[in-house]
Amino acid sequence: MPNTRPTSTEPLDNLISRKVASLPPSGIRKFFDLLSSIEDVISLGIGEPDFVTPWHIREAGIYSLEQGYTMYTSNSGMPELRQELVRYLELHYGVSYHPDQETLITAGSSEGLDLVLRAIINPGDEVIIPDPCYVAYPADVTLAGGMPVLVPTNEKNNFVVRATDIEARITKRTKAILIGYPANPTGAVMSKKEAHAIAELAKKHDLLIISDEIYARLIYGVEHICFPGLAGMKKRTILISGFSKSHAMTGWRIGYVAADRRFIQAMTKIHQYTLLCAPTMTQMAAIEALKNGEGEVEKMVQEYNRRRRFMVKRLNEIGLPCFEPKGAFFAFPSIRATRMNSEEFAEKLLLQEKVAVVPGNAFGPCGEGFVRCCYATSLPSIEEALRRMDRFVRKSNLRSK
Amino acid sequence: MKEIFEILEQNARATPEQISIMVDKPVSEVKKTIKQAEKDGTILKYKAIINWPKLDKEDIWALIEVRVTPQRGVGFDAIAERIYQFPEVYSAYLVSGTYDLSVLVRGRTMQEIASFVAEKLAPLEQVQSVVTHFLLKRYKEYGETFHLPKETNRRLPITP
Repeated sequence: MPNTRPTSTEPLDNLISRKVASLPPSGIRKFFDLLSSIEDVISLGIGEPDFVTPWHIREAGIYSLEQGYTMYTSNSGMPELRQELVRYLELHYGVSYHPDQETLITAGSSEGLDLVLRAIINPGDEVIIPDPCYVAYPADVTLAGGMPVLVPTNEKNNFVVRATDIEARITKRTKAILIGYPANPTGAVMSKKEAHAIAELAKKHDLLIISDEIYARLIYGVEHICFPGLAGMKKRTILISGFSKSHAMTGWRIGYVAADRRFIQAMTKIHQYTLLCAPTMTQMAAIEALKNGEGEVEKMVQEYNRRRRFMVKRLNEIGLPCFEPKGAFFAFPSIRATRMNSEEFAEKLLLQEKVAVVPGNAFGPCGEGFVRCCYATSLPSIEEALRRMDRFVRKSNLRSK
Repeated sequence: MKEIFEILEQNARATPEQISIMVDKPVSEVKKTIKQAEKDGTILKYKAIINWPKLDKEDIWALIEVRVTPQRGVGFDAIAERIYQFPEVYSAYLVSGTYDLSVLVRGRTMQEIASFVAEKLAPLEQVQSVVTHFLLKRYKEYGETFHLPKETNRRLPITP
C-alpha cells in the first residue's frame, strides 16, 4: 500500500507529539555541549558514583553470561532476586513485602518512576513535587498525562519540603506527592518529624506517596526514613529504588518498585508490554549485590563521607555558603554572594577555571542562586576543583567591588 | 581513631589538616594520634609503592617454601627470626599446610637469589627443605595493581 501520509511537506513539529514537543530540553544538555568543547575539565557535574561496580558483582554478571543465562526472565523479575530484595528491605528499613505480589524488578529506578506515574495518573491529575528536584520528576509526570505542581523549598528548611507548604497546594485533582530523599540535587534528608507530618497529610487527603529512595544507602550520621515504614503508610506508598547509587551500578540499569499488590499489578501490565523484563545478566549481578555487597557499600559510603566533609568545609571557607548535606553525594552551595545567577556562575567557572558544576536552576526555579557540586570524585580532584573555585570567587568579588 | 589509619594506609601523604576535615576531629587530636602511633609502632613506616617494571629495572623475586623443625619453647619463632633478619628477605609468613614458612626474597639477579638459598637459607640447621619459585610477573601488591592501565574516567562529564 502506498504511503499516503504527507511527509516532507509538513513542518516537523506536527510529526512529534505535542506533549513531547512541549517538554523543555534538559538544562543539563546545553551545558553538556559547552563542556564537550573544553579539555582538562574537572567535573563536579556528574550524578553517578566514581567507583566501578565492585568486582564480585561484575564477576557474577560475567558468570551468568558464561552459564548461558541469556533468555527472558519472568516479567516481575527472577524469583530469587525478589526474595533477596524483600530480605534486604526488611533488614535495612524494617519494611516487609511479599516477594511475588508486592515487588517488581525494573530497568533502573527511572523505569520504575515512569511505570508508577503511568499506572496511577488520569489526564489532568496533579502530582505535587518539591522544587528543586531531580530533572525527570516533572517531565515524567507530564509524559504520563499529569500536571506537576511544584512546592518551593529553600535553604532555611535545608531544602526539605514542609507538610504545610504541600497542603497549601492540594486540590481536588491532587493524586500523589512525589518525593525523593536523600535528594538530588541538594543532598537534603527528611527528618522523622517532617515525614510524619507528610504521612498524616497523605492520610487526611487520601493521597499516594511516591517515594524515590535511590540514595537511601548514601546517608551520613543520620537514620534514613523509609516512607512505607511509617505507621499506616505501606498501603499508600510506592517505594522506588535501585542499585545504581548504593552499589555503583548505574550502567547496569537495575532497580525495583515495592508497593501494595494492586499497584504492582497495574505497573506489571505496562512493564510486560514495554520492557518485558529487566536484563537477565543484570538481575543475576543484582542478586550477588544483595547477597554479598554490604562490605563494599559500607566502604564506599565511608569514602563519600570523607569527601563530603572536605567539600562542604572548603565551600563554606571560600565564601559559598553550604548547608550540611546528610545524604546522596551532592553539596548545594549558594552562589548569591558572587552576584551572578547560577547559569552565569557555572558557565564562567567552566570557561575561566575549567571546573564544571551544574546550575541549580536546571532542577527547578528554586534552585536559582545555587549550584550542584558532586563529591563522587577523587579527593585530589575535589581539592584542585575547590582551589580553582576559590580563585574564581575571589576574582569575581574583586570585580564586583 | 581507626579511620585516621585507614586514610593514611590509602594515602600516606594525607596531611593532618586534610585528615581532620575528613574524620571531623580537631587537627591537634589527629596530630597527637599519629605521633603516638609512630612512637608505639602502630605506624611502622611511610613508603611509596614503585612500579619498577615501568622503569625497565625489575628486581628478581622468589617465593620460597621452607619446611623447618620447630624448637622446644619457641616453636617456629626463633628459626623464623634467623631467616627474616637476612636483608634479602622481603616478607616472611608462618603458614598452615604442607610447609611452614613462606618467604618472599628479592635480589638483583637470579644468581644472587640462588646463592642466598644455597648458602644462607638451606644450610640452617632447622631447615628441612626449601622449594624456590621464581616470580614471573607481579600483578598486585598491597591492594595496588601493577600492570593494568590507570583507571580511565568512563563517566560522561555531566549527568543528571
